Amino acid sequence: MNEIGLTHILFLSAILFFIGVYGFLTRRNMVTMLMSIELILNSVNINFVAFNKFLHAGKLDGTFFTIFIITIAAAEAAVAIAIIIHLYRSNKSIDVNDADLMKF
Amino acid sequence: MSNYSIALIPLLPLATFVVLGLFGRKYLSAFAGIIGTISLLISTIISLVTAYQYFFISGKINGIYQPIIALNYSWLQFTPSVSIDMGIMLDPIAMMMIVVVTFVSLMVHIFSLGYMKGEERFATYYAFLSLFTFSMLGLVLSSNIFQIYMFWELVGVSSFLLIGYYFDKPSAVAASKKAFIVTRFADLGFLIGILILAYSAETLDFGTLIARLTDASSPYFVNAAGASFIGISALTWGLVLVFLGGAGKSAMFPFHIWLPDAMEGPTPVSALIHAATMVVAGVFLVARLFPIFAFDAAALTVVTYVGAFSALFAAIIACTQTDIKRVLAYSTMSQIGYMMFSLGVAKHGGEGGLGYMASMFHLFTHAFFKSLLFLGAGAVIHLVHSNEMKDMGGLRKLMPITHITFLIACLAIAGIPPFAGFFSKEEILLAAFHSNKMVFFVALFTSGLTAFYMFRLYFSIFWSKESHVHENGHGEGTLTMKLPLVILAVFAVFAGFFPIASLVTSDGLALETHIDYLFSLTPVALAVAGILLASSLYKSENSKPQSIATTLGGLYTAAHKKFYMDELYMFITHKIIFNLIGKPAAWIDKNIVDGLMNLFADTTAQISDNMKGLQSGKLQQYASYFFVGVLGFMLLFIYLWN
Amino acid sequence: MSASIVIFYILAAIILGGGILAVTAKKIFRSAIYLLFSLMGIAGLYFYLNYEFIAAVQIVVYIGGIVVLIIFSIFLTHASGKDMEKPKLMSVIVSAVAAVFACAIVISLINNYSFVATTNTAIEPTVKNIGRQMLSTTEHGFILPFEVVSMLLLAALIGSIVIALKPKTEA
Repeated sequence: MNEIGLTHILFLSAILFFIGVYGFLTRRNMVTMLMSIELILNSVNINFVAFNKFLHAGKLDGTFFTIFIITIAAAEAAVAIAIIIHLYRSNKSIDVNDADLMKF
Repeated sequence: MSNYSIALIPLLPLATFVVLGLFGRKYLSAFAGIIGTISLLISTIISLVTAYQYFFISGKINGIYQPIIALNYSWLQFTPSVSIDMGIMLDPIAMMMIVVVTFVSLMVHIFSLGYMKGEERFATYYAFLSLFTFSMLGLVLSSNIFQIYMFWELVGVSSFLLIGYYFDKPSAVAASKKAFIVTRFADLGFLIGILILAYSAETLDFGTLIARLTDASSPYFVNAAGASFIGISALTWGLVLVFLGGAGKSAMFPFHIWLPDAMEGPTPVSALIHAATMVVAGVFLVARLFPIFAFDAAALTVVTYVGAFSALFAAIIACTQTDIKRVLAYSTMSQIGYMMFSLGVAKHGGEGGLGYMASMFHLFTHAFFKSLLFLGAGAVIHLVHSNEMKDMGGLRKLMPITHITFLIACLAIAGIPPFAGFFSKEEILLAAFHSNKMVFFVALFTSGLTAFYMFRLYFSIFWSKESHVHENGHGEGTLTMKLPLVILAVFAVFAGFFPIASLVTSDGLALETHIDYLFSLTPVALAVAGILLASSLYKSENSKPQSIATTLGGLYTAAHKKFYMDELYMFITHKIIFNLIGKPAAWIDKNIVDGLMNLFADTTAQISDNMKGLQSGKLQQYASYFFVGVLGFMLLFIYLWN
Repeated sequence: MSASIVIFYILAAIILGGGILAVTAKKIFRSAIYLLFSLMGIAGLYFYLNYEFIAAVQIVVYIGGIVVLIIFSIFLTHASGKDMEKPKLMSVIVSAVAAVFACAIVISLINNYSFVATTNTAIEPTVKNIGRQMLSTTEHGFILPFEVVSMLLLAALIGSIVIALKPKTEA
């Protein structure tokens, strides 16, 4: 373990990913669930960058994917927050379990 | 007259049925009667011309009437030799029948113009009438036994529709169902009979069938007569089962129970279907296969005794009924019994064929005077608005034409010379006298009874007490109602002089007949005695009928209750069939078949009820399922796949 | 142990520590701040890998945009000082076990997989190169996704305004 390689960064991103998953499954507040999603997206970004750097140095595709994911994440966050605010207005709660109208 | 124009005879009523059935109620309500009548008039003219041509121009070859296949179209080919065809066969009985059917049907169409006027479903009525006429014509013109069966069923359906015409009356609905079920049951026998005959003769065509089964040396005949079931040969079984179908349609004992109830239909329908045409289909069927019947003594014996018993049985019941249409219904049954046993005592060809000729002759004359009786009864009912004798009486002044024509018909059916019934009945009695003395005496007695109950009916309607029916404006009915009565009365008088003997015989050869005046004396005297008895009892209102009824006691009650036949049927169906077969079957159906299905259904519902909890609307639960699922697939594909 | 390795472990510690605290903190506002730290750590990781442009985008968009947006939404919807409702113990245990188990599988997979690098000459991920290729219309250009993403952003903008608007009946 004398040099930081691809594997190290992949370990990091994998752990970060599952931290995000854990947060998504346990948090009941919609805003914090959104934060967990941001963590998951970031771990994916780290993967893209790492693959680009260590495996495909001759191309910039990983970079572009990262940029687009960041852009889309921004859009997603904006829409998600709009939805949360709307739900808060109608439900007076941002607990995800209170928004369970879509069921049998 | 080309062969195709013969096809028009049944096809015109069919076209009328289609047009009136589809568009009648909406667009043609006012003209439905006219359309039906005109189309039938054309049919009648064509059939008269066809019959004339057959009888007097083209039918005879070497002095013998030959069956002519006018049209034949191979419809369903099973094997190169066996196919179901659609064809038209012309022979003397078919010719006679098409004339009778179209003519009586035309009279009924005309009569109905007045009788059914103002009915809401006027067009439907004519559509059904046309359907019936089509089916009946198809039946008599059929060239093979399967085609006859199809038209046989069509006739049954149209009869069902017409009996149940007043479908808002529960009794009419019950009667139509009864008629349908009873005749269907009998038709099952017919179908099995057809299969037996067709299986042994390997053909369905009448001509070939008759040729093969009446040739004692042909392999087909040997096969059919050799194979036996419970000691009776296959041929006899086949014929008896075919006769069973005929007995069902012709209301022979014990399948007669539907006929009196069928009087729930409109009266002109009773005149057409349940007096003149459909009910004689059974007689026609036996006559059609007569050469084979004549070859098989056992089957013919069955025909004889069923016919004779029905004739007597129905005549006795008819004496006690008070509903005028029911009296006529039992009278019809009795007369058809006559035709049946007359066929039964006949032999094929020569002098022995007298019974066959007599039966056809009686069928011919009976059609006229019986439809006349029904139409007359219809006119009476139209005026009185009741079927019961007690509501009538003294109508002779109110309805002179109906009175006279009804009297003619009664004289005709009673067998008083020179009316039509006399001639045909004499022939039947003569045929019976020559071959079976017992049947002859039954027939003789029945003939006296016939005169008695017909004149009981006549006196009760037109004499008896003073009329209390008020003139209600329409009097005797319209011209269209009187005209058919008069025309039919003319035929009831003169049909007896029609030379049936030289035209319609068992072997196509003319038959010499001679009226034996000495022999005729007995039946005529009996008939006159019957009339006098009826006149003394019913001509004026008195208490004699009542006291006689009381004297006869149980016998009278039994006859009045139709010898409890309906109750017997009810007992058999309800107590025995329903309880012993129906109930257990229903139990199995309800508990085991349904239970199994319900178990499946309930289990499915239970499972889905439990499963729907999965769809909780809670996002994180979904996410967990998704996550676990992805994890599972990951394990499956990465570690377990190879 | 070189400085590079030390820096990596420090960054990793910031990222993972921030992440874990972000998903477990009791107060929602603190949770947002821990998320901020984690995202900054990731930006540092990009710097560490010499991807300056992406690091800059990360800081501008995530830290300057999304986290601020999240904080705004917290203020709009929440009493930010209160403790959040605790998750159910059962779901914590199940989720943690599942996450750890899955993580172990993934890590073991990564550990056993031999990655093969290309031998092409490297392109420096400079702003110039990225910009050239991003807006190029040649075969390897990304102009089409660029335009599509711009449409997406516009749609998201309008959509979020529409969703978050107060209904007229309430106004």
